Amino acid sequence: MFVTSSLAYSYDGSFEGLLCCVFESYQWKETPLAIHSEGSGQGLLLEAKWIETDKIKADRVLRSIPLKISREAEELVRLGFWSAVPDKEMLLLNFLYLGFSNGSAVMNMLADDTFFALNKAVRLLRRESHHYLGFIRFTVYGPVMAAVIEPQGYVLPVIKDHFCDRFQSESFMIYDRTHRVALIHQPGRHAIVPLDEWVPPQPDETEAAYRRLWQSFYHAIGIKERKNDRQRASMMPKRYWKHLPEMTGMRPVRAARQEKAPRRPRNPKPRELQ
Amino acid sequence: MDMMEKLEILTESAKYDVACTSSGSQRSGQAGSLGNAVSFGICHSFAADGRCISLLKVLMTNGCIYDCAYCINRKSNPVRRAAFTPQEIADVTMQFYRRNYIEGLFLSSGIMRSPDYTTEQLIAALELLRNEYHFRGYIHVKAIPGADDALLSRLGTLADRMSVNIELPSQESLRRLAPDKSKQSILQPMGLITNKITENSTELVKYKHAPRFAPAGQSTQMIVGATPDTDYQILNLTEGLYKKYKLKRIFYSAYTPVVEDSLLPSLDTKPPLLREHRLYQADWLLRFYGFEAKELLDEAAPNFNPLLDPKCSWAINHREQFPVEVNRAPYEMLLRVPGIGVRSAQRIIKARRAGTLDFHALKKLGVVLKRAQFFITCKGRPLEGLKVGEHTLLRSLMSGQELAKFQQPEIEQLSFFDDSYLAALPEAGVAASFSYGG
Repeated sequence: MFVTSSLAYSYDGSFEGLLCCVFESYQWKETPLAIHSEGSGQGLLLEAKWIETDKIKADRVLRSIPLKISREAEELVRLGFWSAVPDKEMLLLNFLYLGFSNGSAVMNMLADDTFFALNKAVRLLRRESHHYLGFIRFTVYGPVMAAVIEPQGYVLPVIKDHFCDRFQSESFMIYDRTHRVALIHQPGRHAIVPLDEWVPPQPDETEAAYRRLWQSFYHAIGIKERKNDRQRASMMPKRYWKHLPEMTGMRPVRAARQEKAPRRPRNPKPRELQ
Repeated sequence: MDMMEKLEILTESAKYDVACTSSGSQRSGQAGSLGNAVSFGICHSFAADGRCISLLKVLMTNGCIYDCAYCINRKSNPVRRAAFTPQEIADVTMQFYRRNYIEGLFLSSGIMRSPDYTTEQLIAALELLRNEYHFRGYIHVKAIPGADDALLSRLGTLADRMSVNIELPSQESLRRLAPDKSKQSILQPMGLITNKITENSTELVKYKHAPRFAPAGQSTQMIVGATPDTDYQILNLTEGLYKKYKLKRIFYSAYTPVVEDSLLPSLDTKPPLLREHRLYQADWLLRFYGFEAKELLDEAAPNFNPLLDPKCSWAINHREQFPVEVNRAPYEMLLRVPGIGVRSAQRIIKARRAGTLDFHALKKLGVVLKRAQFFITCKGRPLEGLKVGEHTLLRSLMSGQELAKFQQPEIEQLSFFDDSYLAALPEAGVAASFSYGG
């Protein structure tokens, strides 16, 4: 394969866009040194090549993955794209090269550097998604409920089935402040939609009362002879705390200090991620 | 008394029950209902003691007609008493669940009036949740020893998991500390639940819509350190319970003194957390690693070594079975290597289909080489530069961090190679007898 010494791809940041980068790389037998999404910082030293998103090319690449590698590989690629690892694009491109030349055997190559790195990224995404099954807190506003999260990875599509199933008869929203998207659910339908800014309204008295009740339960359940802050922080990392009433209610000062400006979205067009 | 005060009192009284999981039941949501259950369980928060909170863990009441010496709710202990009505329990569960604070309810109770009456109250609360509010989340309920079989059966169809606490691991300890309970009164409901679960699984084969009886199985709890029972006794009992009563989980609770009693360790005794930790490690070895209790402990050495985890102790005592060739060893043997867990053993099996593994690869698969290095070879060779002196071996196998975390008063004064603890290890010169092919 011909390696261009100073080539970088730029694409629109969508999943289809990345698949088109893969298409391009195969078509011209060239491997870029980097793949940048629109809006992310770009290396000045590299010659940039804009890759147009083309649904037909993207489809061809996507269909070939389960065909030439395996179904699990397709899932890995999707989840890898939602992960927060820097340079995920190059990782996915390298993984597909590895997969297209090794076939389904690639899924056993756990010790290969590329596969290991991708697997690790996906593992982190899965772990974070699992955390959010428990660490999401809804606020009830009359007939609707809403929650705010600030995940590192793009977890909404991973956790959506769980919450839509659990709260089938409820109307709710989970707002992902990092990626500026929201999962909106009403009985019978749901969607993940872009949402630039959403500030939760003040809770009413009933809601505040249940928060206090929950805080007093949280306080009472810990056994003081077994106090273990390190263990708690490792099981429930501090970055989750500011959206948990049981943690903020008792440490208002600490919580205020943790407040940071929302991170720039990694991806300017999150809707395309699906 | 307002709801807040009640909740505090009845949580305080329930918190020494260590069962916390919400795993084992898989149930999807339904239109018109609230909630589902997922088999892997979900932790919703972690308390200041680092333990998982997944269920609203409360007592129906902390009033009790019994007088068990170790229990904070014993009749003769002057604590504030409170009681929930079934309605209050159901309401707060629904409200917490909706906000995603919890995965469900853990409901236990002190004994009011009689075991039957208490069970009826528990049933009333669960019926409200299941039938009125159409709650499909997780429910763990305590079976009350001495209650009528029919009532316990009814309770089991409303819950996901049922448990009867053994509390004290021997009949003698029970007699001394919990004179109102007997071995029989505990094992009888336990046996009933086991039978119901078995019966139910055959019913389910015949009738798809047969009501499920405690689908997440049965668990129990033992208090460690309140009585002179040894780890060996506890582990044997554990093994028996897993086999005979098909329990899903057994929980161990380091005894935290809550009441003054001449029969009990004094109030300033620290809970034996390290001992509890070792028992959980051994419990894991029984359930997932194919070990038997008699391999881990015996009459001669009836307690776990505080310095080494049970798997390392076993490996050092069985060095004739090592080293193991990672590229060929069967799964069962990989599992017995210190530093290789269930996950990494599975990954090794998978990865070696794609090529031969070396030490560098093992690291990526999650093997803890610090411990495993002494027990494995890759392509017939030990790790390059590996020095197996007696001290390096033992030092590597002991986890300093773990020790510090569970620092116990009696170990504080201990020098690193104190005789009394090393005596429990195999004879000195351990390492010298390790031999590696190649």
